Amino acid sequence: MSAHAETHAHDDHGHHHHKETFITKYIFSQDHKMISKQYLITGLIMGIIGIIMSLLMRMQLAWPDEPNAIFSALLGKWAPDGVMDADIYLALVTIHGTIMVFFVLTAGLSGTFSNLLIPLQCGARDMASGFLNMVSYWLFFLSSLIMVISLFVEMGPAAAGWTIYPPLSALPMAQPGSGAGMTLWLVSMAIFIASSLLGSLNYIVTVINLRTKGMSMTRLPLTIWAFFITAVIGVISFPVLLSAALMLIMDRSFGTSFFLSDIFIQGEVLHYQGGSPVLFEHLFWFLGHPEVYIVLLPALGITSEVLATNARKPIFGYRAMVASILAIAFLSTIVWGHHMFVSGMNPFLGSVFTFTTLLIAIPSAVKAFNYITTLWKGNLQFNPGMLFSIGLVSTFITGGLTGIILGDSALDINVHDTYFVVAHFHLVMGISALYGLFAGVYHWYPKMFKRMMNKNLGYIHFWVTAISAYGVFFPMHFIGMAGLPRRYYTNSAFPLFDDVSNVNAIITIFALVGGAFQLVFIWNFFYSMFYGKKTVQNPWKSNTLEWTAPIKHIHGNWEGDIPHVYRWAYDYSKPGHDDDFVPQNVPLKEGEEELHH
Amino acid sequence: MSAVLTILVLLSITVAIWQMVKIFDLANAKRENSQVADDKDNRVNGILMLVFLAFIYVITIISFVNWGHFPLVSNAASEHGPQIDNLMIISMVIIFIVQTITQFLLHYFAFKYKGEKGKKALFYADNDKLEFIWTIIPVIVLAGLIIYGLFTWSDIMNFEQDDDALVVELYAQQFNWKARYAGEDNVLGKSNVRLINLDNANILGIDEADPYAQDDVITTELHLPKGRQVIFKMRSQDVLHSAYMPHFRAQMNCVPGMVTEFSFTPSMTTDEMRNTPEMIDKVAGINKIRAEKSEELLKKGQEALDRYEFDYLLLCNKICGKSHYNMQMKIVVESEEEYQAWMKEQKLFKDSLVQN
Repeated sequence: MSAHAETHAHDDHGHHHHKETFITKYIFSQDHKMISKQYLITGLIMGIIGIIMSLLMRMQLAWPDEPNAIFSALLGKWAPDGVMDADIYLALVTIHGTIMVFFVLTAGLSGTFSNLLIPLQCGARDMASGFLNMVSYWLFFLSSLIMVISLFVEMGPAAAGWTIYPPLSALPMAQPGSGAGMTLWLVSMAIFIASSLLGSLNYIVTVINLRTKGMSMTRLPLTIWAFFITAVIGVISFPVLLSAALMLIMDRSFGTSFFLSDIFIQGEVLHYQGGSPVLFEHLFWFLGHPEVYIVLLPALGITSEVLATNARKPIFGYRAMVASILAIAFLSTIVWGHHMFVSGMNPFLGSVFTFTTLLIAIPSAVKAFNYITTLWKGNLQFNPGMLFSIGLVSTFITGGLTGIILGDSALDINVHDTYFVVAHFHLVMGISALYGLFAGVYHWYPKMFKRMMNKNLGYIHFWVTAISAYGVFFPMHFIGMAGLPRRYYTNSAFPLFDDVSNVNAIITIFALVGGAFQLVFIWNFFYSMFYGKKTVQNPWKSNTLEWTAPIKHIHGNWEGDIPHVYRWAYDYSKPGHDDDFVPQNVPLKEGEEELHH
Repeated sequence: MSAVLTILVLLSITVAIWQMVKIFDLANAKRENSQVADDKDNRVNGILMLVFLAFIYVITIISFVNWGHFPLVSNAASEHGPQIDNLMIISMVIIFIVQTITQFLLHYFAFKYKGEKGKKALFYADNDKLEFIWTIIPVIVLAGLIIYGLFTWSDIMNFEQDDDALVVELYAQQFNWKARYAGEDNVLGKSNVRLINLDNANILGIDEADPYAQDDVITTELHLPKGRQVIFKMRSQDVLHSAYMPHFRAQMNCVPGMVTEFSFTPSMTTDEMRNTPEMIDKVAGINKIRAEKSEELLKKGQEALDRYEFDYLLLCNKICGKSHYNMQMKIVVESEEEYQAWMKEQKLFKDSLVQN
């Protein structure tokens, strides 16, 4: 206890070593805490754009052909007389996917919390390279800007799906979005990947080299393990997407034939010869599948921390949790082919990928069971972050289980690219990762902004979101099981699906309500920044090191020496201690065993 | 207009909630206002956890009752179909059981162990035996599913050509399908999109000099005889498409620059499928929905919808551009005699060319 009482005292007369101007403090900051806030706010803005796009799609699916004032207002020339254009529907599908996967759930989630927590929880003064960290953020900002600008080009933004399979994405005559819109998409993503690589390298180096005295790898909080392994997967897989994007740029602009061959379109034969779209699919999914875990692992890491803290109980099975993160990371790089069972690749490859894919269910199941056991006989404190963590476990299970069907090549023949897939991945990675983001924001808001968010608004936000998320995605499985393909602008061309597509209106209403209630969160977030209750040193009575740093943000994180670490992060309710938590910087008592090793 | 109103209503609901929270906060001003959950929050949210569990179960039941007819797990119209359907049912049952149990444990524990001041949690960090149990159980279950799945997959994909197999090319372009039958010789003539010549109506790029090509037949409807193996060769001339035939449990992408393959044996004619009790119910249901919609349309002075009659369909299932949502071809499964009669009416490739 004495350790953080001390730092608290310092905080009142904290002094700065560097003179800071407005620009170095708020804009070109090299301080990881400021950079994490920049990531978060940029991610939130992109998230609002992404969610609005999904609501437009939902309204189109529920009430096709009906003139809609919102369409005219937001889409302008793309919705003549309020009826959405079919090309722009595909553009919405594409940009919604891109923004949510990369800009919100990769940069917004990992960028925010890796930046905030890696130095603070490892006990480091800052990231290994503050400069690269700053560059990483500004590249992300630039790529976000380009992506947003691409929405306003003459022929519309990219519209080939977030997977941008060529030839559709390579040929401007195949669809309008494959012109300038696709060029900007590719440029934006190339910059995004550079940003992500700089960030990931920084995270890896910081975790390996800058842990404080006593912070062995086996004492690291699971958040850091998750961020660390996520960064490793990112460094392995993102460059492959970069090379695919560069090759696609060459096919588009310099006449090469990496992905194209034998094409006759709009009355003429094109010169391309010898390339294969299947090669692009391999390259894309070599990133694309690990990307799912790049999104999900940080959310699971945050959940581990928030769940244990609020259950006032050690996370159950720490070593098994670390082992399953490692197993998931390893397996995630050898399962990409399950997106390509019916792509025309050799059926034997399909067998191999079915095998590796279904294996991932094992470490995932271990994680789910460990979370549930962590709750058992706990003393659960239902702070908003805790609710979102429990919500994450729930959607992770519901969404993860259907992966058993999709990962099985024989079954995938029939549900591939139907709404079953849409329901599956939205629950298991979309909603779960979003819950992870929310859990993280509610939990670490006091650390970031020195004030507390309003808990009652947090409760309203969680419960409405939880109900609408299930309301949207649970019935969606059934549309998929009826064979309705995804990415259809309207289902009215197929009377065959009339009896299931009437569920679309119900889904859309859940989506609109859920979407509207995100405003509660946005309000809470910005209002609390200025008028929220001031936080105390350690509001959630947590063990990790970030809560020993002074509330006021200072360069170098701690006044004086960095605290040393004597125990793991999960000594909650440990017998022999008066409090139900023992921070990591509290030395072991005489005769006390560090139970978990 | 109605949409704007909806948004206004939602906005005012939000404002109202905000005001209520404000009042709630003011009323509690004397209590410790720390924004950290207290016993009352724990109690309320603990109970809500149970309510939410009930919600999950209710939405599951509602979904199964309303939309749980699962045309994709019954009534397969191909010989390999029931194999996939059995595997699907087994997988779904396993998923359903695990889902019901784990969601119960998660939410029930959340309710049961809701926090109280002064209570202390159990310090319980590790149990190798438990970890072993919930590693080994998924291993066994998944091993079963993997083995079953792999045999099914390999059965379907590594097909051998029967002597009387029918070879059909499925040809995809933005935004329609064509079928090409191999004709008497049962060998498709050579083809490449570079040979397409719109002037003489060689629209699929077939080698006009190839003797095998002369008796090929190009159609815009896919007719298949019941009980004969069909070997599909898929081609695309422009972008990726996917030939999805859900009733036959069949799907394969069409990739420009290569030929992909899939094979199945139709086991039910269109007529037989139309007369299964499930399909009669389904079509009646769809027509009821369409009749209701038609009434609305007529009121607005628009045309009514056609009555729906069941047909097998080939759908495009890979995003391919503007009219992706309407890229379809009718499939007719019929008896061998009917098929032969239909085939006789079709033009041979050599006769379909326009001589200039």
